[in-house]
Amino acid sequence: MNNVQNKKRANKSLPFFFKDEFKVFFVIIFFSTILLISTFTFDKVPPILNRGIQPATFPKGLLVLIMFLTTIIYYLSFKNPWKKEKKLPKQFFLTILSFILFVIISKTLDFFLAISVLSIFVSYNWGEKRVFYLLLVGIIFPLVVFIFFEMILGLRFPPGIITNLYYY
Amino acid sequence: MMAPLFSSKLLIVLLFGTLFGLILGVLPGLGPTTGGALILPFTMTLDPLSAIVLLTSIYCAGTYGGAITAVLINTPGTPAAAATCLDGYPLAQKGEAGRALGMATVSSTVGGIFSVIVLVFFAPVLAKLAYEFGQPEYFALAIFGLTMLASIGEGSPIKNLIAGAFGILISTIGKDFMTSIDRFTYGINELSVGIGFIPVVVGLFAISEMLTQSTLLDQVFKRVALKAVKLPSLNDYKKTWKTILRSSGIGSFIGVLPAEGGTVASLIGYSEAKRFSKEPEEFGKGSIEGIAGAEAANNAATGGAMVPTLALGIPGSATTAVILTGLIIHGVRPGPDLFREQPDFLYGIFGAMLIANVLFFIFGFFGAKLFARITLVPNKILWPMIFAVSVCGTYSLSQSIIDVWIMLFFGVLGFFMRRFGFSVVPVIIGLILGELVEGTLRQSLVIFDGNWLMFLTRPIALTFFILSLIALAFPLLRTKKQKD
Repeated sequence: MNNVQNKKRANKSLPFFFKDEFKVFFVIIFFSTILLISTFTFDKVPPILNRGIQPATFPKGLLVLIMFLTTIIYYLSFKNPWKKEKKLPKQFFLTILSFILFVIISKTLDFFLAISVLSIFVSYNWGEKRVFYLLLVGIIFPLVVFIFFEMILGLRFPPGIITNLYYY
Repeated sequence: MMAPLFSSKLLIVLLFGTLFGLILGVLPGLGPTTGGALILPFTMTLDPLSAIVLLTSIYCAGTYGGAITAVLINTPGTPAAAATCLDGYPLAQKGEAGRALGMATVSSTVGGIFSVIVLVFFAPVLAKLAYEFGQPEYFALAIFGLTMLASIGEGSPIKNLIAGAFGILISTIGKDFMTSIDRFTYGINELSVGIGFIPVVVGLFAISEMLTQSTLLDQVFKRVALKAVKLPSLNDYKKTWKTILRSSGIGSFIGVLPAEGGTVASLIGYSEAKRFSKEPEEFGKGSIEGIAGAEAANNAATGGAMVPTLALGIPGSATTAVILTGLIIHGVRPGPDLFREQPDFLYGIFGAMLIANVLFFIFGFFGAKLFARITLVPNKILWPMIFAVSVCGTYSLSQSIIDVWIMLFFGVLGFFMRRFGFSVVPVIIGLILGELVEGTLRQSLVIFDGNWLMFLTRPIALTFFILSLIALAFPLLRTKKQKD
């Protein structure tokens, strides 16, 4: 209980733009506004064909609702500040980096290679240094999954430098 | 009722589903929702009944499996087992882990079977009532479901509402189903068919959990030794039978309401067990009634949550949203017509849930010690493997790499949502109800010639709107009462 109060106090002493409440409020309002603006670019149904509401009306209503509710939670946070979250560790950012690597490798080189690289990268950065286990998560297991999906579901994985060796 | 299940194939599916569900339930961070979403692509090789039997058995066993880790390592395997930790772990620390798990197993089984009976009797009644529903009533019902989710779900009701509205917003991406006009596609062809349910579920549950686990690597679990699971003594039964029945009723009722199913049910079941107990001071110190109250309620929510899923096509929990997707993928449209046209199919599901409850009792009773060992698999090995299955599973449904990227995007988003107190469950429910909400609203407005006030002339719709307002006012009243 004391810990939570201390965290709340710590959050209270920060300038408003550093507080989690403001960051969340800003991000939601920012993206909602962009999406709301984009709803005005949706095609309109000609009045003669239009039955009920225009296709843009429903998403517009939802976005306004989201912005309204976000403003309420931000207003309420003045009375009841959120607890300050712990700083994210290095491994979190490395895991995010592995996702980016995955997207790049799967797009440019190979889907299977991307899974292998991510698995080894994540496992290593999370503390696994034994080569056998790195090979297990990075090569043996993805290979089993690959063959399983290929044979049981008849799935055809996207072409790539390694996948092509299997298919051709 | 059991006749459709007397085939060796279905029994194998049931056996596999129960075992797989138990493993998922035991592993903290995974659970029946993530597991169901991951296994959904594999169900494409099965007939519809086998597919849904697999998913429901995972649901029942996974919900119970969470209790094993809750008792032995003080970490709920699933969120629904959080209340079980409060008394399960202290009792295990006293050297009575076998007794704690025995009570958890018995009360889970009783709760689960009770809820299947509720499902068998209540779902057809609700389905019959649904014949009276037109588009305005379905719209009002969906709104009621979302407000209930916000109101009695975990965390801040306003944040839950934002998450629910966001889920509905995701469902609007792609071609408008009434006019075929593109919405939020920004010229990307792959987005014109909309965003699939599986990439979002796997992202919000599995990938966001992987990111959460990356922040918890220094966490050390202390596992309590377990010799064997013991059946509760006669004295324990005398002490808890009323609690088990009460919590079974509470769990079934909460399950029927579209909310976070077992999680909320177990918390209410636990607090009611404490309120009615002759020894409330024992709660939190290893009370056997506390374990019974929480476990009977969370398993009772499984059958309850299936009632609106099958009768109305409105999911009662995140896992039933996955089951609902399974039904739709296999060409089965839930609702009143399902009860009239395919009774065998439904009886198969009811029977499978009943057998799954018996099976997890047997597996739990004799295999808890073995299942507990699964928690010894280190996260640095487990999560990269789950990632590989998540990626291939997500890719397999429409063989689109964009789906995999969407999964990763929702994984990161889900992590930050959870970090800042937004539950991801309303996003899932909002996504699955989105088309129903928008479709019924727009069709109603066509019927009413654009007059919104006409909703108030329909008694059933009006009742749901009033209930929605009550649901929204409930958290405010609760906060005011707590302040007073």
